[in-house]
Amino acid sequence: MTVFTATLISRRSRMISQVFILSSKGDRLVYKDFRGDVGSDAVGLFYDKVTAPTGDRLPVVTTYKDVHFVHVWQGGLYLVATTTTADSPPFAIIEFLNRLAALINDYCGSLSEKTVQMNFALIYELLDEMLDFGYVQSTSCDVLKNFIQTEALSSRPFSLFDLANVGLFGADTQQSKVAPGSAAARPMQGGKSEIFVDVVERMSVVMGANGVLMKAEVEGEVKVKCFLPSCSEIRVGLNEDLSIGTSPLRGYGAAVRVDECHFHPAVRLDDFDAHRVLRFGPGQGEQSVMTYRLADHLPLAPPFRLFPAIEKDNAGRLLMFFKLRCDLPPKSAAVDVSATVRVPKGCVSLSQELSSPDQSAELRPQHRAVVWNIARFPGGTQLSALFKLDVPALSSASMMEVGPVDLTFELPKVTASGLRVRFLRLAPAQHRGPAQRWVRYVTRSDSYAIRI
Amino acid sequence: MPYLGNDDTVKDLKRVLSNPHVQSDQLRYRNAILKVIRIMSQGVDVSSLFSEMVKACATVDIVQKKLVYVFLCSYASLNPELSLLVINTLRKDCQDPNPMVRSLALRNMTNLRLPSLMEYVEQPLTAGLRDRAACVRRVAVLGWAKLHKLQPNSEIDGAVVNELYSLLRDPDPVVMVNCLRALEEILKEEGGVAINKPIAHHLLNRLKECDVWGQSEVLKILQRYQPHSEDELFDILSLLDASLVSPHTPVMAATLSLFLSLCSTLPAVSLAALERVRGPLLAACGSASREIRFTVLCHIQLLLRSVPGLMGAHYKRFFCGYAEPAYIKQRKMQVLVELVNDDNVAMLLDELKEYCTDVNTDTAQAAISAIGRIGRSYSDRCLVILTGLLGLKQENITSAVVQTMRDLVWVSPQCSDTVCNALEGCEEILHDSQGKQALLWLLGTYGDKVFSAPYTLEAFIDGVRCETSSAVKMELLTATLRLFLCRPAETQDMLGRLLHYGIEEETDMCVRDQALLYYRLLQCGVDETRKVVQGRRSDPSLGVLIGRPAEPVSQWAHIFNTLTPLCQITSETELVNSSFQHTSYQPNSDLSDAMNACQLQSIEESVGEHTQSPSDILVTSTIVPLSLLPTLTPAEFEHLWIQGITHTEKEQDGVCMIEHVQCHNVTHSSSQSFQAAMQLVNIQTLAFTPINVLPWRVYLYTHTEAPPCSTLILGELLYTGNANEEEDAFEHTKGYHDANIIVVGEQIERKANHEEDVTLEGKNKSDLTKDNGQVAKLKVTLKQKPRDDKALRGFLSILTTVLHTLSPEGE
Repeated sequence: MTVFTATLISRRSRMISQVFILSSKGDRLVYKDFRGDVGSDAVGLFYDKVTAPTGDRLPVVTTYKDVHFVHVWQGGLYLVATTTTADSPPFAIIEFLNRLAALINDYCGSLSEKTVQMNFALIYELLDEMLDFGYVQSTSCDVLKNFIQTEALSSRPFSLFDLANVGLFGADTQQSKVAPGSAAARPMQGGKSEIFVDVVERMSVVMGANGVLMKAEVEGEVKVKCFLPSCSEIRVGLNEDLSIGTSPLRGYGAAVRVDECHFHPAVRLDDFDAHRVLRFGPGQGEQSVMTYRLADHLPLAPPFRLFPAIEKDNAGRLLMFFKLRCDLPPKSAAVDVSATVRVPKGCVSLSQELSSPDQSAELRPQHRAVVWNIARFPGGTQLSALFKLDVPALSSASMMEVGPVDLTFELPKVTASGLRVRFLRLAPAQHRGPAQRWVRYVTRSDSYAIRI
Repeated sequence: MPYLGNDDTVKDLKRVLSNPHVQSDQLRYRNAILKVIRIMSQGVDVSSLFSEMVKACATVDIVQKKLVYVFLCSYASLNPELSLLVINTLRKDCQDPNPMVRSLALRNMTNLRLPSLMEYVEQPLTAGLRDRAACVRRVAVLGWAKLHKLQPNSEIDGAVVNELYSLLRDPDPVVMVNCLRALEEILKEEGGVAINKPIAHHLLNRLKECDVWGQSEVLKILQRYQPHSEDELFDILSLLDASLVSPHTPVMAATLSLFLSLCSTLPAVSLAALERVRGPLLAACGSASREIRFTVLCHIQLLLRSVPGLMGAHYKRFFCGYAEPAYIKQRKMQVLVELVNDDNVAMLLDELKEYCTDVNTDTAQAAISAIGRIGRSYSDRCLVILTGLLGLKQENITSAVVQTMRDLVWVSPQCSDTVCNALEGCEEILHDSQGKQALLWLLGTYGDKVFSAPYTLEAFIDGVRCETSSAVKMELLTATLRLFLCRPAETQDMLGRLLHYGIEEETDMCVRDQALLYYRLLQCGVDETRKVVQGRRSDPSLGVLIGRPAEPVSQWAHIFNTLTPLCQITSETELVNSSFQHTSYQPNSDLSDAMNACQLQSIEESVGEHTQSPSDILVTSTIVPLSLLPTLTPAEFEHLWIQGITHTEKEQDGVCMIEHVQCHNVTHSSSQSFQAAMQLVNIQTLAFTPINVLPWRVYLYTHTEAPPCSTLILGELLYTGNANEEEDAFEHTKGYHDANIIVVGEQIERKANHEEDVTLEGKNKSDLTKDNGQVAKLKVTLKQKPRDDKALRGFLSILTTVLHTLSPEGE
């Protein structure tokens, strides 16, 4: 019986028929047909599905007659693959589309409608080398770079600010030791020899009204973005006291701990056990060298704590008084903090009293939410806000509808797990010019919910 | 979207492309071609430029060549004759010293998809298979598959197939994988590429060289291989162990798929593989790509069908993020419902409660119905939340809550009191037809418990002329008729008005027919009507679906790592839908009941019994009606239990009995499935030890309602593990010898003989399949008050049957 079903499955082909990229408005930016078994009207069909008034994001897989559309939504673009059989492996197709997005990002500097439009020839070339007859051939930057001939066009217009970095006689001034945010967003072909090691962490937290952590989780990634013309080996040293899983702590004091971690297959871990050093030969473009996860016991207190007070005033308005405290160390600060407070249905207007001028708040009735934005929030400080909401037919039951508060933020130069890069060494063989080395840390919120 | 006036654009381009000045300037030429491709990919028809583009093909500039090929491959099928011109250039390129040019030419030659050009293509393809450069061989191998697809009916060239088979040994891993792909397509009719032992081992050994995509492809094809011996099988499995926990989801999924197909006869190994893959799956759940997250969730749902307890401790990983799209949130909730157990139910409900007020109404509704489903196992906690939500007085929430309550009451009738109390006032908030139907169903079915039911119905009847939904009207008819049967004085007048409206004024045929039917039914007399309209109020057998026994892996293994789980409406939502339906076709089922009603009622009832319970054989042989009511609180139970232990000998009206029952794996089944199965036969379980903890204990009770008197039975199931259970059992039987001798009588002797055989068998079996589950020997202690041997015996046989049905293999 099982033999029979197995042969049945293999009889049908399982590959990608077409790949296309649509802008969020439905403009067809790139379209390539690999097998010719699905008509080109598939794009239109897919767009109809996207715009269908379901009110929510399109599910990952949609089916129309025999055609299955698998899509990935990134950078405001739909990257879509079609296939004719339901037996196609979803993990492989989605990972392929993600990889395509990452490659476009690597080659063009960013993934957006504009860069795709400018570089469509390059993207056709990429697709041509990545897929043949719908089968993935290669997606590694190192292999592809031998085949790709078209040069990427950067969407960054010429600006006088670029000249600001150039000192006398065209020498780099190196005024700041901090890599500009746009530094990594540049195409990989072209000149400068630079390497970026980014430690990016995503935090997801659920906190009770009394400040008790109900869930705390950190997903981290060490990414290496390499623009070195040739480099045989990189060594990245992590905290020496890093312990993994439940292995005994090293040294004394607050050791850095992660629950589990995975490495890129190319990473050599000879020195990892003894000295926590990752060794690898970097490829061009961006690679995720190590991913790790930490749950429940974070080494530091959660970065934000909220003290809410909700009541009804005599005029029948809903008063929400929030004190938000940032528990980061005083030297660091959170940026782009935005707190979304869910409010009862039918709120008509909002009046606000905010504790400092660089904050703002607005009511979004269609989302039933008040959004409180804080551009910069230094550690160890506290902000407060008073929101008065006019809610017709405010009942005591509507008070139950207030909350939770969801925070989104970015913590530059902070890792929630405490992971640090001790050193970054390039193999000595390849010094043709001074390679610039950057190590950056950032923690972003994945979902940071505080109950009220 | 095609631009207006694109005809002009195309004409302009045509002029530019044929301008000799442009042609001589490489940069301008390339830019013009770029423009063509740009508008082509926007969907403009540029086929009229074909001849100019063919000309542009003959160039040394590779970028330009590539661009032109993009164009040619899209339009070749429209211009077969002109395409002949390209072939010459392509064939010349195939001789080029640069391997990149050769592969490019070869690839595009086969991409033109023109059957007429076949004869020109075959020769370069054959040469390509033997090319020095791997990139050319890769293209050539797939080229043969493309040729075959163009002419599927043509004779398969044996020489090519042989060559492809021999290229499986090519040093380049991509060439190897491409050979597999090509052979798979060419030999489709014969069932794909033949995987014999040498090929399989060759592929396995080279798996490490392939990249992620190649690996998942090879693993998929290896599913067809049948190892010749168990040793070989285990060698393969241990070789693949590293891929099973690969951080790359495509490899991990393909490996698991292969494991499951290889081990289809070894369930224990499959289960071990599922355990092993838990870590990587959970890691992928937190992936930065939401599409991967969604895919993983869908596949986890499959796994949970076979191993319900797999992720129980990791429930927090499935909490929804605020910004996640609704489709992920809803899947996560479906998973959360499956994960609920005694330890996490409080946290889980707390989290689900937060989602109930979500801005997205679908998400909110999904959260509410998730709570309802948990309510089948933990009714008290959930009812508190649900009634609390009614306090919000929001239309969509109230509607969802009322529907959920209706579904809950249908499977767990013990909730009916709380639900009935909560219904007051809901009618003012409900405006959608689904919610109204649910409310009407509850009012009709439990009208005797809701004080205000007649007044609520009267309001509906007064507004019936403005009601647009015929489903609501039909539900209203049924509800009013049912209420009339239990509270005639208050309802008679309004029923009359409603029937009058339905028969005289209603334009919808279905509603009118139903009104007529009820009218005629009433003419037959109230007793007849009662027989027809008042059926069962609940069907606990549906409840067993929540804690349904673990499915064998083979049920879903073939759809693992396919698109099916992603598009599938999961069984759960199907269930919700079907339960939505059951009310809407409730009137119809009444109709069919009405047809049968003239026949013997009793027959119908026994049929009902039959279909209702899986343990029908025993139940029918020794019918002991069991009932859950009146309910016993845990405290009362404890009191009675202790009292029973100390006073059994003295009190004449009570009896204590100890029995041993053999069954597989009961201790492994989750508490919900156990509880659900017990409720199905009206046995209430009160307390559990968690799964796989020794000693494993369950306390339960029921009431027997045999004619002379009704009795209360309390029970304890105890499993201490295999070692000490023998003496334990012996002592106990001795101790209570006099108490249970009458009860057990001949049954125990029969069982004893039987048991010995079974234990021997079982021992052997458990040696063979260690993980698979031992034969558990449960000690069952029962206490009955007042004494009724027949009822107790009946109860025991029901219990035994349920325990046996719970164990996956049975006996």
